[in-house]
Amino acid sequence: MKKINTPLVKKEIERLRAGEEVLLSGIIYTARDQAHKRLVEAVNKNKKTPIDLKGMVIYYCGPTPAPRGKIIGSCGPTTSRRMDEFTPALLKKGVIAMIGKGRRLAQVVQAIKKYKAVYFLTYAGCGALLSKYVKKNKPVAYKDLGPEAIHKLEVKDFPLIVGIDAMGRSIL
Amino acid sequence: MRIITAEKIKDAIADLCIEANLVLRRDVLLGLQAAYAKERNKRAKDVLKAITTNAYIARRDKIAICQDTGLPAVFLEIGQGVKISGDLNKAINRGVAEGYKRGSLRNSIISDPLSRGKSGYSPAVIHTEITRGNKLKVTVLPKGFGCENKAQLKMFNPTVKFNEIEEFVVDVVKSAGADACPPYVVGVGIGATADYAMLMAKRALLKPIGCRFNKLEKDLMKKINKLNIGPMGLGGNATCLGVNIETYPTHIAGLPVAVNISCHALRSASRTL
Repeated sequence: MKKINTPLVKKEIERLRAGEEVLLSGIIYTARDQAHKRLVEAVNKNKKTPIDLKGMVIYYCGPTPAPRGKIIGSCGPTTSRRMDEFTPALLKKGVIAMIGKGRRLAQVVQAIKKYKAVYFLTYAGCGALLSKYVKKNKPVAYKDLGPEAIHKLEVKDFPLIVGIDAMGRSIL
Repeated sequence: MRIITAEKIKDAIADLCIEANLVLRRDVLLGLQAAYAKERNKRAKDVLKAITTNAYIARRDKIAICQDTGLPAVFLEIGQGVKISGDLNKAINRGVAEGYKRGSLRNSIISDPLSRGKSGYSPAVIHTEITRGNKLKVTVLPKGFGCENKAQLKMFNPTVKFNEIEEFVVDVVKSAGADACPPYVVGVGIGATADYAMLMAKRALLKPIGCRFNKLEKDLMKKINKLNIGPMGLGGNATCLGVNIETYPTHIAGLPVAVNISCHALRSASRTL
């Protein structure tokens, strides 16, 4: 199976095809509803975001707390659709990939095409299994949001399926 | 009168929260295995395998099956011969908070739906029912919100054609599509009033799947599995693992039909005190 690493480069992204399975290693950031709202508010006000959005891989995920002795708790994807209204603005600022579950609105597909980004799917409802691919986990921003804080995750061979590729082709 | 202390109920609820979130229901696991055996689509098979592996890892490593440990619904069936000593509502919410903390489950509950605020471990949504006898049955259903968001209610005319009801249920599943973690279990409440139909639809999810199938449940399952949504929404026959229907008498002027979809991680646990 194809292996890819962060930082992801545009050329590599453009070679990915909808339906293709890949294993991702490197740094990804969790962000879900409230974190998206804040990031886009910051972007709209021309304020600095707590994480550099350029080249960022966003994982729509709010993990459970790590049980004692473990790196992370259950950490599967949440429904991507709820992030759709915020996604184009973040792609414009350099976010290069998203990981989630389910379909996206047409405006998101258009933005993925325009900015040559990619939308990955991962095993939905399999948070215990996916926790095995996380090697490091640290909350890095919006910690007051609790389970919705942004976590920096280091992952190794995280299993993904290309849901929407840089040409805007979708398998959903 | 048989006395049961609120403390005892609290302890039971704490245990049940952990059990439900860590150990996948046996009927659901069997449903997944049956779907795997029937499935022809290779990718769908791979996803079903990942789902059963996930359940195995959750149980073995004591880690939540899904990160969305839900807004737990607590069902109490209280025998009329039971007297509860202590504050029951407090005990339930303390039990939930205790279980969620002890089990490293997620604090997904925000105190105000509009101003949102900080997330915490309680309150649960509590449903009580008075039954005969002197026992008390507690059930915890920690349903995630990815699928709770897909619930729908339709108030039909009493003269509605049977197939329109079927179409509605199938359409609710279709509109959930890939978003809410298929293969689904579909709870349906038919009859009573708007509020009670919704409750029946949710309560139907507590019944074991794959048993006591009536004709409507079978027909609906067949139709839903022809939608080709499949596991993770990537196609295949396994769009739903089961359809459970609850019915209740209703009014001459109406026919409420409620649908509550569950993701494949349908979790619940019960104990009788």
